[in-house]
Amino acid sequence: MNLDNRPLIEICDLSIGFSNEEKQVLPILRNIDLTVRAGETVGLVGESGSGKSTLALAMMGYLGNPLKVLNGSTSFRQQSTFDLSVRELEQIRGGQLALIPQNAGQALTPTQRIGRQISEALKLHSKFTETQRPERVIELLTQVRLPDPATLVDRYPHELSGGQQQRVAVAMALAGEPDALLLDEPTTGLDVTTQAHVLELLRDLAQETGTAMVYVSHDLGAIARVCERVVVMYAGEIVLDGSVRQVLLKPVHPYARSLLASIPKLREASLPAALDGRPPAPGDVGNGCAFAARCAMVEDRCTHERPSLQVTKSGERVRCHLFEKVEQLAAPGPGTAVERSSLKQAPEVLALDNIAISYTSRGLLDQILGRQPNNTPTVDDISLVIRKGETIGLVGESGSGKSTILKAIAGLIPARHGNITYNGNELLKASIDQRDKNQLRRIQLIFQNPDDSLNPRQTVAEILAQPLRLYFGLSNQELHDRSVEILERVRLGGHYLERLPSQLSGGEKQRVAVARAFIAEPELVLCDEVTSALDVSVQAAVLGLLNRLQREFGTTYIFVSHDLAVVRALADRVALLYQGRLCEIGPVADVYSLPSHPYTEVLLGAVLEPHPDSVPVLSADDIVELSPMPIGCPFQRRCPRRLGEICDTQTPPWQQVSSEHLIRCHIQHSDLQKIQTQQVS
Amino acid sequence: MPPTLAVPVIKNRNQNRLFKVLSDVMSRPSGAIGLSLVVFHLVLAVISPFIVPFDYREISAMLMLKGPSLEYWFGNDHLGRDIFSRTLLGGREAILVTGIATPIAVLWGSFLGIFFGLVGGRVDEFSMRIVDAFLSLPWILKMLVLIVTFGTGIGVLIPTLAFFYGIPVIRIARAATHDVVARDFISAAKARGHGRIAIIRHELLPNVLDTLMVEGAMRWSWMLLAFSSLSFLGFGASPPTPDWGLMIADARGFMSFAPWGVLAPVVFLSSLIIGINLTADALAKALGIDRIQKAPV
Repeated sequence: MNLDNRPLIEICDLSIGFSNEEKQVLPILRNIDLTVRAGETVGLVGESGSGKSTLALAMMGYLGNPLKVLNGSTSFRQQSTFDLSVRELEQIRGGQLALIPQNAGQALTPTQRIGRQISEALKLHSKFTETQRPERVIELLTQVRLPDPATLVDRYPHELSGGQQQRVAVAMALAGEPDALLLDEPTTGLDVTTQAHVLELLRDLAQETGTAMVYVSHDLGAIARVCERVVVMYAGEIVLDGSVRQVLLKPVHPYARSLLASIPKLREASLPAALDGRPPAPGDVGNGCAFAARCAMVEDRCTHERPSLQVTKSGERVRCHLFEKVEQLAAPGPGTAVERSSLKQAPEVLALDNIAISYTSRGLLDQILGRQPNNTPTVDDISLVIRKGETIGLVGESGSGKSTILKAIAGLIPARHGNITYNGNELLKASIDQRDKNQLRRIQLIFQNPDDSLNPRQTVAEILAQPLRLYFGLSNQELHDRSVEILERVRLGGHYLERLPSQLSGGEKQRVAVARAFIAEPELVLCDEVTSALDVSVQAAVLGLLNRLQREFGTTYIFVSHDLAVVRALADRVALLYQGRLCEIGPVADVYSLPSHPYTEVLLGAVLEPHPDSVPVLSADDIVELSPMPIGCPFQRRCPRRLGEICDTQTPPWQQVSSEHLIRCHIQHSDLQKIQTQQVS
Repeated sequence: MPPTLAVPVIKNRNQNRLFKVLSDVMSRPSGAIGLSLVVFHLVLAVISPFIVPFDYREISAMLMLKGPSLEYWFGNDHLGRDIFSRTLLGGREAILVTGIATPIAVLWGSFLGIFFGLVGGRVDEFSMRIVDAFLSLPWILKMLVLIVTFGTGIGVLIPTLAFFYGIPVIRIARAATHDVVARDFISAAKARGHGRIAIIRHELLPNVLDTLMVEGAMRWSWMLLAFSSLSFLGFGASPPTPDWGLMIADARGFMSFAPWGVLAPVVFLSSLIIGINLTADALAKALGIDRIQKAPV
């Protein structure tokens, strides 16, 4: 494909930074050297704050408000980008160099029809005349594989799903037939299946059109699928630059090794290795290597001498003094296996019996007439038994009702009907007001985003004091001692007591949230996507912490996640949810192997692994359903193995595959096994 | 154990924060000017009775509408009274009335606003329409109705101003509450089983207080303007009390040939209002509730 081998984007020794209140200059990017050739697909990967987005925007000649170029230059086709006039930049941006933003829903104008928005891009950046444009718009929409483009042009952005909006953004970017596309986390926030579809589209487009791509992401799995080359960034520096295969299979930089090791793998039931510490803040990097403080191989030289970008024998660029030593190391081994004791005999902690939850409240007229609403509930027919000491994963796409179920267990949303039984005999009342203190104490909830679940105006001490005062009536010394004890348990220590959440890193905040839950001495902890707002290395540490606390306290977890690999690392059993209905439930190893419910099959197929040979299997459309089906199988509209009318009219039966493994499908599990194994081979 | 990080550990957080916010306000030019103006006026209001050179009631036919002189710095009004003395004293009643009415307005307004924001649903929906109805009436009209019915004087003015200026506070407090209520730390507190009062005290109030403080400062400046307008119309301070609004009203007829009668009270009144506005602006920026965000990193 790369017939044209001229450099398209050239960045030379670029440093970008800002001045803080004390007038110190803090660099965000340091000495970046990077060349992107025509038709090349380059992935920029790094954790939050590594400067990858800043670098991508700098390629377009854009700097955020306080940022300024400290040193070096960037050029597009031999034109120095930062020296161009606004008018000249306008020519390049959108035309020759197009950006696809992270959140297409926010990037599209909400009051303009899709057709007009794309046509405007055509007007600015192509030679198509006014009469030719409508036809070209349809062509573009077809190119990004949107169904029924002719009617789509008249839709407004909010009428499309997230994946469709992202495709429209891609179509707009393609309008000017650009030489290069800059993609800033284009699939973050999309469901796994949608993400896989969008990535396949991008991959095909790169091949069809020969457009160069710079793909910014924290997700090595996505990059492995789309890019040929990966640039790993750390603390504003390029630390490793090489082919996808080399970087993913034999990374020669210690940071890249640790990063890869911290990603949970779908095929391994083990906790990924965590990377301790946190990246240095801008300006905090000393004279030595930026990664020295967290590096397992650190030597004396690393702390005071900054490594330069060196070229290895295999042609990669690496910023490490010890890369030759790293090259000798074996590939990173699997993480630590989690001990799974047999929990079949353990007593049950919680039982959900035919729970239904509905968000729509009864209207005034219904209340007056005493009518029950007859709409289909958001979550329905949920029966689950959770045994003491186990971890059960609830998995599903966004809108599958997994968080809703947690909230019902916690009492935040009352169930419409059904019973929640505690310890086999205690009936839990639907709402918090009716539960007693001890019941409340035994069930604790940890939220997704610690920025949102910790009060920004309370110190860690005050945050931890809330449950201690409420449940145990503690005060003063005792309260202090217990707080210090729990902070040590979550590996933070007593000196964190007087800090505010804004003075903590993301991982530390989530540890405080975990500490707040565990200080109540709970028996059941509900984890709502607790790691999805965190960087992978931090995620690994939090998963390790949760696992350790479970062993120490014998806690039971209900772990909600959209990430099948994370669930595999931590859970004993998994339950899959689609549109608020259970599809499959069973021990992790059984659910992740065949036979699977067709929905599980679709989800597992869409998972992207950070491996160059991992190919997703896309068997179902990525349409998003807004409401559950009133009758029949909930998955009927998207099912790749649909039988026919029976799926639409009859609720499928639970089939027992093994003693613990249940699948809810009309297809016999033995038949499912046959079809699915055939496909694999 | 992770390595200990060089993050400053704060003791006595509340005092510390107040000090930090104040020094932040003072470090901004607008804040420094604004706060100095406000402090100047407050000090003046307290000490003016002891420093005025003349009795504010002293009438003299000889001095009627005389221009500024070495003896009478700001000149004399149509009754020959010393404008300088009257101007120094002229903010006392306005500051007293609004100084009492503003906290009352912010208090009851935010109380109801937080209540509606928390309760939500039909109660909120219904009450907010009443609030909207009140807000849609011209302020001077509704205030005059009450004052005409109950008469002037501090006893009527304070409750009237406090009532009408509390209504917009309901909206602000409710919006601030809505922002906070949707956040997970409130859900976390609910799920733990804290009572409503505890949630308001520990979780909600600390997060809406900043907004309410800035709102209070803005309300004060508007209330001052309203009080002066009422005096100007003859419904606020009653003669012979020296009051800026009243002085402007009195001197208005002679403005073409004796402009000093209007000038002095106008300068004093507007400097106080500008001072409060500048302070409120700087306060909003210092507290971080300003619309313009700081550096994105």
